[in-house]
Amino acid sequence: MDLFRAHVLVCGGTGCSSSGSAELIKRFEEQIAKNGLDREVKVVRTGCFGLCEAGPVVIVYPEGTFYSRIRPEDVDEIVSEHLLKGRVVQHLVYKEKADEEQHVTLDNIDFYRPQMRLALRNCGVIDPENIDEYIAFDGYKALAKVLTEMTPEQVIDEVLKSGLRGRGGAGFPTGKKWQFAAASKADQKYMVCNADEGDPGAFMDRSVLEGDPHSVLEAMAIGGYAIGASEGYIYVRAEYPIAVKRLEIAINQAREYGLLGKNIFGSGFDFDIFIRLGAGAFVCGEETALMHSIEGGRGEPKPKPPFPAVRGLFDKPTNINNVETLANIPQIILKGSEWFASIGTEKSKGTKVFALGGKINNTGLVEVPMGTPLRDIIYKIGGGIPGGKKFKAVQTGGPSGGCIPADYLDIAIDYDSLTAIGSMMGSGGMIVMDEDNCMVDIARFFLDFTVDESCGKCTPCRIGTRRMLEILERIVEGKGEEGDIEKLEALAENIKATALCGLGQTAPNPVLSTLKYFRDEYEAHIKEKRCPAHHCQKLLNYEITDKCRGCTACARVCPVNAITGKVKEMHHIDRAKCIKCGSCMEKCRFGAIVKN
Amino acid sequence: MKSLAELEAIRQRTLEKVAMRKEGDDAVRVVVGMATCGIAAGARPVMLKFLEEIQKRNLQNVTVSQTGCIGMCRLEPMLDVIMPGKEKVTYVRVNPDMVPRIVAEHIVNGRPVQEYTIGAAEGE
Repeated sequence: MDLFRAHVLVCGGTGCSSSGSAELIKRFEEQIAKNGLDREVKVVRTGCFGLCEAGPVVIVYPEGTFYSRIRPEDVDEIVSEHLLKGRVVQHLVYKEKADEEQHVTLDNIDFYRPQMRLALRNCGVIDPENIDEYIAFDGYKALAKVLTEMTPEQVIDEVLKSGLRGRGGAGFPTGKKWQFAAASKADQKYMVCNADEGDPGAFMDRSVLEGDPHSVLEAMAIGGYAIGASEGYIYVRAEYPIAVKRLEIAINQAREYGLLGKNIFGSGFDFDIFIRLGAGAFVCGEETALMHSIEGGRGEPKPKPPFPAVRGLFDKPTNINNVETLANIPQIILKGSEWFASIGTEKSKGTKVFALGGKINNTGLVEVPMGTPLRDIIYKIGGGIPGGKKFKAVQTGGPSGGCIPADYLDIAIDYDSLTAIGSMMGSGGMIVMDEDNCMVDIARFFLDFTVDESCGKCTPCRIGTRRMLEILERIVEGKGEEGDIEKLEALAENIKATALCGLGQTAPNPVLSTLKYFRDEYEAHIKEKRCPAHHCQKLLNYEITDKCRGCTACARVCPVNAITGKVKEMHHIDRAKCIKCGSCMEKCRFGAIVKN
Repeated sequence: MKSLAELEAIRQRTLEKVAMRKEGDDAVRVVVGMATCGIAAGARPVMLKFLEEIQKRNLQNVTVSQTGCIGMCRLEPMLDVIMPGKEKVTYVRVNPDMVPRIVAEHIVNGRPVQEYTIGAAEGE
């Protein structure tokens, strides 16, 4: 590898890849060669930068210029202006607001300034397919330190003192988990990485695997040493092809360097890692189901105890950690537990990565210290709600979580504060909803997901959630009855108390939390047959008001000929025929059609 | 991988190549004037020589970047060496043979090569 004066970093995460970053890389390489710059400028494909909304993203170092939404034809200009002549191409630089001055570098952008990137520290900085770059950024140093200077007990103690809690959702202290697995006696133990990220809208684990796969491998080896395991499995979903490919490359490179394999750092410690692909069943993120799947069985959970730390994979003691949890480990070892414990709140240490989605301007991936106010995430980093609409709620924790209404915008986010208001941290998906979202329909959506994903092993989950879904479907169709809310509540409590695994036990949460904060919307649907957000199709009525000029545009666009009227006279919608598709409202130039 | 030293060697070897992406503003910056005038006067071989020297000496924290014309085209190729916390030093009419001295005396040892600087050229 030669020394280059400039590096062009092109995001190769899934978001930017799907918007054509591979083509950009090719074009950059062509143009750079054409201009005779190939000895001076290097093109690097990195992992996700986080600001997926602005993708494909390109950063040019040493200036750190942040270019967004780059099309292949823009590449020629960046090469001929910026790389050849040293002039930043201003009109391609990322702008936060249309009327604002352009921010040339990453660190000056509102989206990044409040962030603290620990788990994502290398994402968008290194080439994930080059182990040397990971090593240059202190990679594998923590593993070296652990193997040459520390005993397994000291490692566990350090992780315990750091206060790190599982980032997969439940927030169990990682050090405790390691302690349990270390305490089990067996000839073989396993270290498992749960990369079966399944919450709708969550993609932080994918981004870590795509942008910094070695950090996960290093952490697994450290964990293996701590608990006494010599083999590790990464269970990753097959729907993440880029992550899988980079993991494979990373594992091969680590083996070549002897960072995986026999006698690592001459310490006598052996450790190797294998990948197992999941077929994308949500329940396989549940640890006992995940282990069944690795063993080749059906992805079905089993009752705990015995816990995996006692009898897990292949009936041996097993420790399972989530991707983001692991990505924190090497730094805790290098910088110390005190440093890590100084970040965050009293009971939730460190940072958390959130995937922002839904009705928000800056869709993307953000990492903030625990205890950051929800308002900062939505407005400062997320850039607020598009179209000047009103914030209604944010859904956290995926299908197991709940909705947080506007009243709690100032809550400092950590594991316990979210649980206290009826939601949960979960894996960190945040789906933002505005005034146009119907909360009953949101609850129906998540329940539809869990019904679909229920493995069917236990009755409360298989049948109970389906009954709940049927009630919700009735309500959004305007066929809700008195007593439906009470029925939902009773079913929810029963399912929570009796389902076999976490999937079923938490499935009613979206319903319960929307009932708690938006009960009036449920009541409006049931009693008044009205959807306050004007979202539920079956409860909508389109009407033509006297603003109508009789232009006939609506009548012509109506697919079922429900609109009648003469030219230059007010038109009329036949409610019996109307299928509520909304085409007429879109077409009307006079704002004469309203829905209510 | 049998020892920490091996890991450290890889780290050092790669670090200089990725140093520009690290946080922190303590880098020495070499800024070469590469507008049409600079390129015509031979700025590109000068810049490549800088890259070569920096790599040869395994210098970290030195970035080489380019800039446009600053209006003194008659003195091209020109370049600035900006050490953290110090005033920038502008070298003029630089050719590749002068680069090793600038790197050795100025960047490594902190003593600007007076006779190559703009002050010396203007005093002629």
